[in-house]
Amino acid sequence: MSTLNGTAPVTGTARVKRGMAEQLKGGVIMDVVTPEQAKIAEDAGAVAVMALERVPADIRKDGGVARMSDPDMIEGIIEAVSIPVMAKSRIGHFVEAQVLQALGVDYIDESEVLTPADEVNHSDKWSFTTPFVCGATNLGEALRRISEGAAMIRSKGEAGTGNVVEAVRHLRQIKGDISRLRGLDEHELYAAAKELRAPYELVREVAELGKLPVVLFSAGGVATPADAALMRQLGAEGVFVGSGIFKSGDPAKRAAAIVKATTFYDDPKVVADASRNLGEAMVGINCDVLPESERYANRGW
Amino acid sequence: MPEHHRPVIGVLALQGDVREHLAALAEAGAAAVTVRRPEELAAVDGLVVPGGESTVISKLAELFGLLEPLRERVRAGMPVYGTCAGMILLADRIADPRSGQQSIGGIDMTVRRNAFGRQNESFEAVLDVTGVVGDPVVGVFIRAPLAESVGEGVEVLARHEGAVVAVRQGNALATAFHPELTGDSRVHALFTEMVRERRTAGAL
Repeated sequence: MSTLNGTAPVTGTARVKRGMAEQLKGGVIMDVVTPEQAKIAEDAGAVAVMALERVPADIRKDGGVARMSDPDMIEGIIEAVSIPVMAKSRIGHFVEAQVLQALGVDYIDESEVLTPADEVNHSDKWSFTTPFVCGATNLGEALRRISEGAAMIRSKGEAGTGNVVEAVRHLRQIKGDISRLRGLDEHELYAAAKELRAPYELVREVAELGKLPVVLFSAGGVATPADAALMRQLGAEGVFVGSGIFKSGDPAKRAAAIVKATTFYDDPKVVADASRNLGEAMVGINCDVLPESERYANRGW
Repeated sequence: MPEHHRPVIGVLALQGDVREHLAALAEAGAAAVTVRRPEELAAVDGLVVPGGESTVISKLAELFGLLEPLRERVRAGMPVYGTCAGMILLADRIADPRSGQQSIGGIDMTVRRNAFGRQNESFEAVLDVTGVVGDPVVGVFIRAPLAESVGEGVEVLARHEGAVVAVRQGNALATAFHPELTGDSRVHALFTEMVRERRTAGAL
């Protein structure tokens, strides 16, 4: 990875990659599948859009192998908006990631929502100029991704369900793991690193900071303004909303409402106002009836 | 420092890298608070408009009734400092606005958004910034804007390869880069001093 040591400008530094995510904080990142949806999202106050061919709810419905989106479609979305554009690569499919970098996307999501390409290895994210965001269900997983170069983490939740229960579980797990580290002494951190299956240096850094060294968002099941505010109150620095917006009755209105509730997450009056008359929410799936094989959160290691 | 000498500086907390600014301001000797409502804005001596998405911040400011109060206080001379998106919001003119994108204004300049390119072109570079003594400043530029043209009353504080990336006009300061991401609080100290001077002048 490059660092600044002379006077010439340097791209792709950790500070530039992680710093990009810092600029997204307090915001909502929305899944979009067409340039028109991207514009609706931008007008509603999305801080970035995630360009993909099918939202997770449709990936679930259609089945089959889910892959990186068509470059034409991603470029169409890049052309349509001035906010940052993210796109998804399959886990371990570093060539899809190379393609996304070549297309000029602003962030790559190495995502469990797509069908994994490698069941052992994730992509080496340090070798890219484009920053990566990765999902995690617990602190160990988050730190493994950061050690591979992820510049942003999102709790996984269960994408495409419209059910926030898994998002809550994963965010609570990550935050709880962090507080437990805070209570350990210097000697205990080595064993903690072993248990977390994460590099000692990162474990130590988290114990000292009391937070991840990168921005933490929440994803996977957020469908309402109150869901978004819940994730913020639980400690997420922002939210990803996938199927929840464009699978609902009035996407533009719902998108704007989720943006408001994300900013004023701690003000129930604003969240109440944002929740009024939004039309139908996406139907949603109860996660306890979801077979293990259809749980995206289990993908990634 | 005695508490009554500590200027109260707000960080506009609608969206963006608020926490980093709060930390840098605290290190620079200010009492740093978040501002999301008109009454919170009324209680501060100065304000930082952070990095983030300028379109989102301006939209939320408008929605929640902050845009006019912000304009009024800036016009009345409240010291204000904008980084990146904040620089765009403090510009009197935006070269390539999103339709309907509003700015607070305060600095007689025309800014261009994402002027250095997309995230892949985001970079770090060392800069000499007028008013910051000692080592050069490390500028972190993230999808950064630049000032395409500035009016006569605007002082250019820094350039990167010829491009204007830091300016001051009266009590308004703006940088296209993010000092709050580097742990170097000297630019925030410069701003805190501007707030302190304004407070002293107001007290006389």
